Amino acid sequence: MPIDPSLVKEFENIAGKEQVLTEPADLQCYSYDAAVLNPVMPALVVAPADKEQLCKTVKLAYDNGLPITVRGSGTNLSGSTIPQGDGMVILTNRLNKILEINEEDLYAVVEPGVITAQFAAAVTAKGLFYPPDPGSQSVSTLGGNVAHNAGGLRGLKYGVTKDYIMGMEVVDYRGELIKTGSRTVKYVTGYNMAALMAASEGTLGVFADIIIKLVPPPKASKAMLAEFDDVNKASEAVAGIISGHIVPCTLEFLDQNCIRYVEADTKAGLPVDAAAILLIEVDGGHPLLVEEDADKVMEVCRKCGSTNIRVARNAEEKLKIWEARRNALPALARARPTTVLEDATVPRSQIPAMVAAVNAVAKKYSLEVGTFGHAGDGNLHPTFLCDRRNKEEFARVEAAVDEIFDVALKLKGTLSGEHGIGKAKAKWMEKETNRATMEFNKNLRRALDPKLLFNAGNKFV
Amino acid sequence: MSENTPTSQPVSSALQALTDKLLKLDDLLISCMRCGFCLAVCPVYGATMKEADATRGKIALLEFLSRHMINDPEAVNDKLTRCLLCGSCQAVCPSGVKIMDIFLHARSIVRDYLGLSATEKLIFRSFLARPKLFNALLGLSAKFQGLFLKEADPALGTHKAPMLSSFIGERHFPRLAGRSFHSKVASLDEAAGSSGLRVAFFPGCVSDKLFPDVAEATLKVFRKHGVGVFMPDGLACCGIPALAGGDMAAYHTMVGENLALIGGAVVDWLVTPCGTCAATIKEFWPKLADGYTEKNKGVIRDLHAKTIDITAFLSDVLKVELPAASGGKTRVTYHDSCHLRKSLGVFAQPRSILKSLPGHEYVEMAEAERCCGSGGSFTLKHYDLSKQIGKRKRDNIVAVNPDIVAAACPACMMQIMDMHSQHGDRVKVRHVVELYAEAL
Ligand SMILES: Cc1cc2nc3c(=O)[nH]c(=O)nc-3n(C[C@H](O)[C@H](O)[C@H](O)COP(=O)(O)OP(=O)(O)OC[C@H]3O[C@@H](n4cnc5c(N)ncnc54)[C@H](O)[C@@H]3O)c2cc1C
Ligand code: SF4
Ligand code: SF4
Repeated sequence: MPIDPSLVKEFENIAGKEQVLTEPADLQCYSYDAAVLNPVMPALVVAPADKEQLCKTVKLAYDNGLPITVRGSGTNLSGSTIPQGDGMVILTNRLNKILEINEEDLYAVVEPGVITAQFAAAVTAKGLFYPPDPGSQSVSTLGGNVAHNAGGLRGLKYGVTKDYIMGMEVVDYRGELIKTGSRTVKYVTGYNMAALMAASEGTLGVFADIIIKLVPPPKASKAMLAEFDDVNKASEAVAGIISGHIVPCTLEFLDQNCIRYVEADTKAGLPVDAAAILLIEVDGGHPLLVEEDADKVMEVCRKCGSTNIRVARNAEEKLKIWEARRNALPALARARPTTVLEDATVPRSQIPAMVAAVNAVAKKYSLEVGTFGHAGDGNLHPTFLCDRRNKEEFARVEAAVDEIFDVALKLKGTLSGEHGIGKAKAKWMEKETNRATMEFNKNLRRALDPKLLFNAGNKFV
Repeated sequence: MSENTPTSQPVSSALQALTDKLLKLDDLLISCMRCGFCLAVCPVYGATMKEADATRGKIALLEFLSRHMINDPEAVNDKLTRCLLCGSCQAVCPSGVKIMDIFLHARSIVRDYLGLSATEKLIFRSFLARPKLFNALLGLSAKFQGLFLKEADPALGTHKAPMLSSFIGERHFPRLAGRSFHSKVASLDEAAGSSGLRVAFFPGCVSDKLFPDVAEATLKVFRKHGVGVFMPDGLACCGIPALAGGDMAAYHTMVGENLALIGGAVVDWLVTPCGTCAATIKEFWPKLADGYTEKNKGVIRDLHAKTIDITAFLSDVLKVELPAASGGKTRVTYHDSCHLRKSLGVFAQPRSILKSLPGHEYVEMAEAERCCGSGGSFTLKHYDLSKQIGKRKRDNIVAVNPDIVAAACPACMMQIMDMHSQHGDRVKVRHVVELYAEAL
């Protein structure tokens, strides 16, 4: 349904004619994100350039009852930026300024459209460190990271996006700026709304700026790769490392299928007969301490039956060790036209059960699957390979994914460790929680969004 | 929720024919997983921040067009032309989407349906495909250019062209060389030199007409290293402008003329100082040779193996000994041509040459691998956009305060020169081979 031209004019008055899109060829380009779901074309797209324009845009849309979808880079995997057909998309990609990096008080203030990797690089240039590193960091926005509470390889030791939000300004449904949090380490003067905004998936309001915590960088690190002939042994090694009071900054896992896809694609000489490999990196404040931790990790791996361990002796070898992990998704993505990347998460100790279940389900539905993920936090990415044009095959993928969620919940896990709920998993929310939780959340949502215009159809529906 | 569905309007038979052809690209299009990684590197998206200008948007539009979810080939074509074919996206695409293949085929399919614009036809069909006419006309305009060129920046040797601005915008381009390289050296047919090598020399249009010094420096380097040169008279354009414009007929004419001239020659390498020509001959010629004679297919296969740019030729083939120089006063930085770095993987060689230049200090600029915004007909059609992209390159160059910015592709040199001239920067733009030749 096209939008009333006079309303379009009003948006143009706010953001400028260039920044209001109404042509189908432009609109079609905001009908999708990285989720494998059907596209929906919005009726209007507006790209405000600053806070004031953002507030006015939200107010005008809300007053006129337009469904609002906020979009960063559209890399989420849950369909949470696929708009409503009669709604509008608000782009944050022009709100892309780093407003402040404070080296004394270890924080930064950014607009929501700043690209994660560019921010991390700017912080590094000042001798500081912003740890969250989602696989999509070269393109994802910090606003999108917050709204999905993005994780990354460093999650185990350094935490995820929510652990770095000190405060923010949020545009509410009236187009007013709401402040929460502060630039101080301690803050108790209001509700902790910044925490509520993490993983809100565009359903509670629009972030206008974000205060981000920074930390000093580690001074040394050491990476290694351990092979196992049994997933259980790899899992025992993970448990052993953690109970030995070592927290590696990364502790990644590739199962045999995944190793084979990577090897087929890169011919890098990976151990295709290994049941699993662990990629482990320890870091810290002093090279000797790091050395010591690395030795302990190797000892644990050996004790748990690792068949082979390689340690990187220099930066080049470290890159080489990480190559297998870096190539996991590309290798899987190149094998078949469509890649369905899941992220059901289970308690760490349940990884062997989860990997076994994934492979059993794939077999049951005759599907190709490879699993990699963050072994340290139980966040696995079983990745189904298919061709979305083949309806029959795709239906089998959907059935398999449903079954995997069932297993994850039975193992006391969760539907999503980092990719979010969006449209893709909304129907599962009640199963993970209960009726009362759903109602509580919907009430909360109605309080902040009385007309239910912010990303309706997502998260709690 | 109304999902995108095929529109129910009746579809003309011409449009149906277009979408049928596009569906042949379906197997390529489907492999895009919409991850958006290409947004991070696409120079056009970087300038406009509009998804339709990014790779992901263009690929989605092609898929939607082929499935009748949008029935406006004109609008889609408009988006498709907003692309430099720089290959930056393909170099980072985790899903291995054959983006350049998609774009080249799609352009030609859509242009078949829409027809070429009159100016483009004139350029591709008359000038570039007929090198003799092209040379004659340029020879003429070089003599008379004083009439319509105004000196813009004497230090850089660039000129504004107020009377031509409807065609080339406000571009400051190097004065058409008083004499093209070709008019000084029409052809060469030498035996292998003391190095034991004989090469086919492909100067490329831009070197020949705008930067003859680059072609001459290349020749000087061949002489110095005892390389015999074969350069037939009347080499045509490598074909990339026509290919980018979707004019396949003109493209095949150009390639055909070149094949006829180079085909019979026995050479060890085909060397060019132009990164764009190198990538076109090496990568695109083999891809688009389906209808060619067996003989020409053989020549193209041979050239695929033998084509090399001058910097890689110096470093990898001649293995010129280059001890790193130190204590230089002249600051020199390097811009990676997309075709060299992303298509051919050439980036270490020009740097090692520059680092060895006596009297020079090498400095690396930020985002050296980011596209400069020069892209054949793109620059003509979307000059403002090209300028915006070039500005980012220019800012990165100026930030390291160099005396010289070097490149190994004359097309990039033209763009960068334009940017510096517009901003009044005192930065000289030189080809790596020019600097190397001077140091000999
Ligand atoms: C190949 C690949 C790898 C990935 N790897 C990881 C990974 O390792 N870890 C991980 O956690 N995720 C990963 N993701 C998922 C995704 O990249 C993240 O969820 C990321 O945070 C999304 O950022 P974005 O800018 O693209 O946001 P978008 O996709 O544009 O939006 C995501 C959500 O944020 C909301 N939003 C955006 N900006 C605002 C704002 N200013 N105010 C309010 N709401 C807003 C949107 O409405 C939407 O609900 C990956 C995705 C891909 C394709
Ligand atoms: S990087 Fe490749 S797969 Fe990802 S959106 Fe771009 S073209 Fe598609
Ligand atoms: S070829 Fe270059 S300009 Fe074209 S879509 Fe890819 S990155 Fe963008």
